[in-house]
Amino acid sequence: MATRRVWVWTELAEGAPHRLSLELLTAARGLGEAAAVLLAPAGADALATLGAHGAAVVYHGDDPVYAQYAVEPQVAALAALMQAESPDLVLFPSTFTARDVIARLAARLGLGVIANATSVAYDGDQVVATVPYAGDRVATMTFAAPAPHLVQVRPKSYPVEPVGGQAEVRPVPAGVDPATCRVKIVETIQQEAEGPNLEEANVIVAGGRGLGKAENFRLLEELAKRLGGAVGASRAVVDAGWVPYSYQIGQTGKTVKPTLYIACGISGAIQHLAGMKGSRYIIAINQDPDAPIFENADLGVVGDVLTIVPKLTERLAAR
Amino acid sequence: MKICVTVKQVPDPNLPLQVDPDTHRLVRNPEQSILDPADEYGIETALRLVEQHGGEVVVVSMGPLAAADALRRGMAMGADRAILITDDALAGSDAPTTARALAAAIRPEQPDLVICAVEATDAYTGMVPGMLAELLDLPQLTFARQVSVEGQTITVHRDVEGGTQVLQTSLPALLTVTASIGEPRYPSFKGVMAAKRKPVDERDVAALGLAPSEVGPAGAKERVRAVELVREEKQGKIVSDDGSGSSVDEIVAFLERIQVV
Repeated sequence: MATRRVWVWTELAEGAPHRLSLELLTAARGLGEAAAVLLAPAGADALATLGAHGAAVVYHGDDPVYAQYAVEPQVAALAALMQAESPDLVLFPSTFTARDVIARLAARLGLGVIANATSVAYDGDQVVATVPYAGDRVATMTFAAPAPHLVQVRPKSYPVEPVGGQAEVRPVPAGVDPATCRVKIVETIQQEAEGPNLEEANVIVAGGRGLGKAENFRLLEELAKRLGGAVGASRAVVDAGWVPYSYQIGQTGKTVKPTLYIACGISGAIQHLAGMKGSRYIIAINQDPDAPIFENADLGVVGDVLTIVPKLTERLAAR
Repeated sequence: MKICVTVKQVPDPNLPLQVDPDTHRLVRNPEQSILDPADEYGIETALRLVEQHGGEVVVVSMGPLAAADALRRGMAMGADRAILITDDALAGSDAPTTARALAAAIRPEQPDLVICAVEATDAYTGMVPGMLAELLDLPQLTFARQVSVEGQTITVHRDVEGGTQVLQTSLPALLTVTASIGEPRYPSFKGVMAAKRKPVDERDVAALGLAPSEVGPAGAKERVRAVELVREEKQGKIVSDDGSGSSVDEIVAFLERIQVV
């Protein structure tokens, strides 16, 4: 049987391959010959990084149009490339752009999609993927139609593994159809984040509605600082505008697996648990003894978060 | 401008979800189902745009007959009329089929704008909006937190990883909105009464030009092999704080034990 050809749709973050793209190269390597598809102007370093993480081939489209117009130029190029090369499987990370591309691509090619996968494997020639379902279940999914198959994978489902190696770079044919240039990227405004990156932090102190108001997030920042950690939030308070979207942990938002997660005034909706229940240890502080978060906590404290958190910070400072 | 807003009736997210052991599908009890709260932001966005520019808001849903309740709620907020795609054959449809059915219902409306939630609150795949944009051949503006329309130009601010992006295109277009777009209005009594008289236009599979064999489980491109319960409650320790911060000792001891301090 020919070697399976598994592609990873990749993207850049600040000029380097996005961490989630690298995670998926680990998955792809385990399933067959891994190739990365990168449709963005990129330096030689970025392409070398993809090779060093297991991509045997990098299909690279460096037309500046990919950075100037959203989604459709990418989808057109990717659809053409897939039709020409017939990969078995294309993996996409769970990012905004990836979601836009995979959905549009699937409709164009008449393909199904398995989204939110936490693992991807082959059973004979069938793709099998596990997907969290209805809160406390896992569904094992497969496809009804033959390859190519499209799977979107959740963050942190696979580790980033620099394995060394060099990719053969194959240029994606130039010439983007101007008709696909409909959504112009007018401007991108970077937001400065303070403290450690949520996805890399060893300790996360996260807040929810139970904090009462936006100003009380300051208490979490002080505790996080004391523990050398980062501050996160539930969707409810991001929706309420207390903190920016970059703080959001959950099914929509970031997936985190720190050593310690301190949930402050977070009830523990399924949507939130999906993003943090992989944490090594969980402390939950909540007024409501029936809050679902307590079912996932190693230490649950029923009490007033606004009293307990500052006392805890004070105690740690005195040590 | 004419705006179509796609909406869905979902099991109340505040209640535990139930799964049918035979079909593995979510149990959709109409009594415990509501208009997806994520869709209220799309309706609100549409109503604001129509208040500014004039026009009409049409709410469109696919679901059982009982999903008319979700459409009524949208009309109570202020939408003008509704389309309900309903057919027993559609139960168990996947995202591509849902997108095809919605596209077939929306296409003849020739809207200037189609608005969707980023993802539904029951399944969270977020695939339907992008598929719908492709099938309707519309440019897609996703994850919007702010929207403005000037003439034929629509501009959105969207949250992306590490910042904000400004995107622009010409109408017609498809838009997905996040909750940051603004607080949805609560239906007034007058709105609720008026909604009872607003039309809900029902369409079945035949009316949309789809064959029963290409929708529902038969037409699905993905299959569920198995569903397993993985509920793993931790047998953690629970302590009660007496209101004075008495639990802090317990927390510090825990932090020491796991060697965080």
